[in-house]
Amino acid sequence: MSDPALAQLAVDFSVLSLLAVGGAVTVLPEMYRSVVDVHGWMSGAQFAELFALAQASPGPNVLVVSLIGWKVAGLAGALVATLAISGPSCILTFVVSRIWQRFREAPWRMAVQDGLVPVTVGLMLAGGYLITLSADHSIAAFAVTAVTAAAVLATRIHPLWFFAAAALLGVGGLV
Amino acid sequence: MNRTTAPHAPSLGELFLRFMQTSLSGFGGVTPFARRMLVEERRWLTDEEFADVMSLSQFLPGPNIVNITVCVGARFHGAKGALAAFAGLMCGPFVVVLSLGALYTHYRDLPAVSGLFRGLSAAAAGMVVALGLKMSASRRLRSAMAAFAVVTFLGVAVARLPLILILLGTAPLSVAASFWKRR
Repeated sequence: MSDPALAQLAVDFSVLSLLAVGGAVTVLPEMYRSVVDVHGWMSGAQFAELFALAQASPGPNVLVVSLIGWKVAGLAGALVATLAISGPSCILTFVVSRIWQRFREAPWRMAVQDGLVPVTVGLMLAGGYLITLSADHSIAAFAVTAVTAAAVLATRIHPLWFFAAAALLGVGGLV
Repeated sequence: MNRTTAPHAPSLGELFLRFMQTSLSGFGGVTPFARRMLVEERRWLTDEEFADVMSLSQFLPGPNIVNITVCVGARFHGAKGALAAFAGLMCGPFVVVLSLGALYTHYRDLPAVSGLFRGLSAAAAGMVVALGLKMSASRRLRSAMAAFAVVTFLGVAVARLPLILILLGTAPLSVAASFWKRR
């Protein structure tokens, strides 16, 4: 366990906490950039696996940061990363929830919220693109990604079934 | 504000326990489970109050479900309530996810386990793609505003620029354009 890595996790993820417009998935590309490209703490494929693990587990998807922290610096890393990604945005939410009534109907509030939608969409699509490229290394894997995406969009089947099916295909050595 | 909810206000312990229970049963996104717990089962919030908490949570940065949890905790017991609800939300899944992580590290060299993870990763990637595509269908993108989505995508996915640079570039312009459209 290394202290510089812990400090780096704390700083990086606290900043990301406040940049996560539209939720945790929007900062996925930046986490990837920081963890894989800049610091080289893990490979792209490992990042995709940790993300998959967090998605397949119960609880908020943001817990992928706990796994990243844990991979980088053990239990301390997991705690630091989780508190860093949550702390700043939680404090902001706490403060704003006290004064929300004053401006929730304000035109500027709605304009800001609407204005952030395109940015959020761009970030989510970028996240999908990057995570697909890191996760999929065979035609079959790309097919699993495509079928899952199409099925999630077109049906009301619970996503866990797709995880289960994909996991079985993987265990069978087909992906 | 007039409140017509909550047969009784939850205690700190109740906030902690209910959020823990909800989050441990929340597969593939906790928000729908939280809505059911808060509005239908516990009746700590009305439908409208939940919608209001939701719009605040979406307006601010951070995971929606975490913001919802903080708002609900704060509403009943201030900072202590926010902390209790937040701790409840996070600590159960935190233990689960790290235990799974430990198993994964221990066994990832087995062909069956590495295969399992290749399958899971491919499906998880598909979920993110679906989420992005679903949001692209937003009414708010059926205009020149879509250009901001394209620029953001290219900046992040292709140019691999730091997020803060991209946000400083696109967010103010996109928000300004949204203001201008409203006038």
